[in-house]
Amino acid sequence: MFNEPKHVSTGTLRNSFERRAVLIGGLQAGLGVLLAVRMGWIGVVQNAKYETAAESNRVNLTLIPPRRGLILDRNNNPLAANRSDYRVDLIPERLVDTGGTIAELGKLLGLGPDKMLDLADRVDKSHRFQPVEVASGLEWDKFAAVSVRLPDLPGVIAQRGFSRSYPTGPSVGHLVGYVGPASAEDYEKDRNPLLITPGYKVGKDAIEKFYEPSLRGVAGARRTEVTATGKIVRDLDMREDIQGQSLRLTIDAGLQDFASRRIGLESAACVVIDCQDGGILALTSMPSFDPNAFVGGIGRLQWKMLNEDDHIPLLNKAVRGLYPPGSTMKPMASLALQIHGVVPDEIVSCPGGYRLGSRFFRCDAVHGAVDMRKAIEQSCNTYFWSMAHRVGYDAIAPVARTLGLGVEFDLPGVNQRYGTIPDAAWKMRRFKQEWTAADSLNASIGQGYVSVSPLQLAVMTARIATGKNLQPYLLYGKKPQPGPALPFTADMLGVTHEGMWRVVNGNGTARGSQLKLDSGIQMAGKTGTAQVRALVSRGHFGDWKGRDHALFVCYAPADAPRYAMAVVVEHGTFGARAAAPIAKDVLTYLFDPAKGWDSLLAMEKSWGGTPSQRMAAKYRSYASQYGATAPKVEADKAVTAALNRPEPSPTPIEAVLSEEESPPRDAPPQAAPSASPGSPVPAPNPSGAPVQP
Amino acid sequence: MRQGVVPEAIAREPWGLILPLLALNTFGSVVLYSAAGGHLGPWALLHEIHFAVFLVMAFVISRIPRDLFKWAAIPVYIAIVVMLMLVEVVGAVKGGSQRWLDVGFMQLQPSELMKPTIVLALAKFFDVMPPGMTRTWRVLVPLAGIVGLPALLVMMQPDLGTGLSITVGAVVVIFMAGLPMWWFMGAGGAVLVAAPLAFFTLLHGYQRDRVLVFLNPESDPLGKGYHITQSKIAIGSGGFWGKGFGNGSQSHLDYLPESHTDFAFATMAEEWGLAGGIFVLAIFLWVFRWGLRVAQNAPDRFSGLLAAGMTFTIFFYMAINTMMVLGLAPVVGIPLPWISHGGSAMMTNMICVGTLMAVDRWNRRGSTLGT
Repeated sequence: MFNEPKHVSTGTLRNSFERRAVLIGGLQAGLGVLLAVRMGWIGVVQNAKYETAAESNRVNLTLIPPRRGLILDRNNNPLAANRSDYRVDLIPERLVDTGGTIAELGKLLGLGPDKMLDLADRVDKSHRFQPVEVASGLEWDKFAAVSVRLPDLPGVIAQRGFSRSYPTGPSVGHLVGYVGPASAEDYEKDRNPLLITPGYKVGKDAIEKFYEPSLRGVAGARRTEVTATGKIVRDLDMREDIQGQSLRLTIDAGLQDFASRRIGLESAACVVIDCQDGGILALTSMPSFDPNAFVGGIGRLQWKMLNEDDHIPLLNKAVRGLYPPGSTMKPMASLALQIHGVVPDEIVSCPGGYRLGSRFFRCDAVHGAVDMRKAIEQSCNTYFWSMAHRVGYDAIAPVARTLGLGVEFDLPGVNQRYGTIPDAAWKMRRFKQEWTAADSLNASIGQGYVSVSPLQLAVMTARIATGKNLQPYLLYGKKPQPGPALPFTADMLGVTHEGMWRVVNGNGTARGSQLKLDSGIQMAGKTGTAQVRALVSRGHFGDWKGRDHALFVCYAPADAPRYAMAVVVEHGTFGARAAAPIAKDVLTYLFDPAKGWDSLLAMEKSWGGTPSQRMAAKYRSYASQYGATAPKVEADKAVTAALNRPEPSPTPIEAVLSEEESPPRDAPPQAAPSASPGSPVPAPNPSGAPVQP
Repeated sequence: MRQGVVPEAIAREPWGLILPLLALNTFGSVVLYSAAGGHLGPWALLHEIHFAVFLVMAFVISRIPRDLFKWAAIPVYIAIVVMLMLVEVVGAVKGGSQRWLDVGFMQLQPSELMKPTIVLALAKFFDVMPPGMTRTWRVLVPLAGIVGLPALLVMMQPDLGTGLSITVGAVVVIFMAGLPMWWFMGAGGAVLVAAPLAFFTLLHGYQRDRVLVFLNPESDPLGKGYHITQSKIAIGSGGFWGKGFGNGSQSHLDYLPESHTDFAFATMAEEWGLAGGIFVLAIFLWVFRWGLRVAQNAPDRFSGLLAAGMTFTIFFYMAINTMMVLGLAPVVGIPLPWISHGGSAMMTNMICVGTLMAVDRWNRRGSTLGT
């Protein structure tokens, strides 16, 4: 074919035509064979692969998020429940027009500018394939309005599902924690498709987080035949979800709510322990956050509001707040002294203070002749200084630890800080300094280096009240083994109990908070007022941050202890003024709920409603004040960090007791026990650290 | 068959072509019936009507005398080129690209008509060209004009697929006309070199995407590669015997795009499997063999080139379409003759068939009359 003749005639062309027709025919046949082979390769050899692909096209497997296990109180009342609701989510990577879709949704759902900004933030922050909650708990007509527009809004999902709900909101925020959409990090760790199923939430803090594995449950699934545009043709089959296991706590939901709400406008913690077995009945810290508001993700204004509050709503003060216990240490100290041979009837003369070498430690009043019982009743510092000076603080510290101070308890899901019960070895380790007699004096009245949590104070009180080494616990029916028997005789405890009874029912510091119950039940307790700052004057006026902490520990009934409680009011001034009335009302509720509610509801009227109502009002004022200008919320990590801040490094301030040079001042009437004046030891102040990430 | 109950006039018709085509088109209607979810409308019935109407047209064409073909070649060619220009003008006036002219009762797509017309024009050209010129370079100048003008006009629409189709149809006629083999090999080599250059300079963005996606469909399975991926899934999941009539999930649930037009072969393969594919391919190969046979038996150069060119025009449709749906060629909007739904392509193909039947008549008259 290549050496064709130069002279071309019709004949040669005819030949060429014939040959080339054969060539073209061959080409066509060859292609036919090629196509058949190709088809055989795809359709027969690789059939399985493509059959799977066709099937996965055809069948849409939708995970049904499992209903989360309930969190119940001891009486099976829900602390955290599931509410059936209508919700709208969107999946960022499926959005065609992100801005337009969000704007359209905002219009359909009537979202304000603050909510729109929060939504944009969440879209921004999410992994593109992760669903983002637009709104939940929708009314039917709004849900329907979105549903009918779905064909125009690709990437938007409207469905019926279950949302976590916390019936008592802020009251259980710190105790139970909250749930939220799985974070990008969560999904990277666990590539469970459930985590990116719209509407699925994971526990983010506290109990919700710790017990995530058992609360989670097993997802259900629905197989549907769908068209390419996602239209469901028919349901193929369905597997129901298996609800997560319920978790029953020792908490009494009513008490938890009452105690939280009774705290009112204060920044305070209240812990109630069952004296029969050590079960924690209430573990409250207020102000708090409303876990219901966190469920869909934390909004900008929400975050700004929580962070700017000097009452630190994000700190669980009950287990992570550390305070100098002040005089609430005295019952414990009285037991320690008795163990070390101090006879309770021994009289110490209180001339209004105590002289150590050249220095004079001033008591709150001139108590005159004081024995151990009276020293507790009147909170006489002089008595405890002189006795502590005799036995040495290193004899007292172990008893403090035995009673639970400075100890971390085995409470899964409760992130505690355990504070400090100092002794000589501790001070040497920490500050490379010798323990001084002055340190002993400070520590013996719960000042100086001593810092404890409200939970520890409650445990201490329960152990003193019962004489049993009760272990606090939170899971109903999972009572821990009691610790080794406490080294106190009934007589020793009797002396301490009598002193504490007289604090409330005798001529003591908490006379004003006697229980007034028809049943005649009485409580025994001890007030405490703890300095937070070295002050020239007593810290019961001036700016809020500089005021003393108010503490109160108590148990009731005094003759047969059933409940033990600790109340710590940050900067509440005197224990008798701020803390004891809260304890009184909470105990009143326990023995006569109707009476308790009556007085609380009256108080709440003057406070501007329930905590939820007050938070809602505050949110509205923030919304009108800042609108959409609040800064962006940091990632989940920042929230977790704010909720679980590390212990601040100890304040390396030498505990120097000033010499008594200033002229003596009159103690205030109804003087609450207090730290020695001039003791310039700022307590490690948990409220000092800024919450801003 | 010649003698007996069947009248001579009917028995004389080229049943060897018509019956296979009828079978193919009926099969196409069956596929379209299923693609419509078990309904005759909107495609299956119309598909049969199209076939019937254009078959009548093909019979009419087959009666046209050879001289009339020769005489009409140049005027028809010029008319269609003018129509192509008109399309450009109308498109420019209306804004955006346009491929058809609205002639009142139907939308006329001149680029489709250009496919058989270019074959006719070239056959006429080589018929009048002295054989001696065949292997001289001067022949290339008029050829470049005849082919280049319409091809460029169509590509400018832009309709790359049809433009290529016209070019390839023309090249095959030129090849059959006996131009030196090494020219074609050289040109093939040049295309291999020029293709990458053209790819980056001449192609439109979406056309470039189609080529890129063809090279790696999995790179963007939900975007540009979607067509090829879904088509392969449809064909692959069919297996040997297919999923059965009416059971194709890919087409019924709309995963397969253009399931009744460009990707009708995939729709068919999903339900009828490799067996159905082989049936379709076999009929096509039979039709091409019939066409080439006609070309080889042609009494003169004009008829031979005409028949070979028309056969190849049909072949090109079929080849590009099947290669596309099987993932062997980029996605170009070319339907599969007699299977895909669509009037324009059906008309083009039936013009080709009518012309083949005409040449077949000339062959037989030639043999009976002994010219």
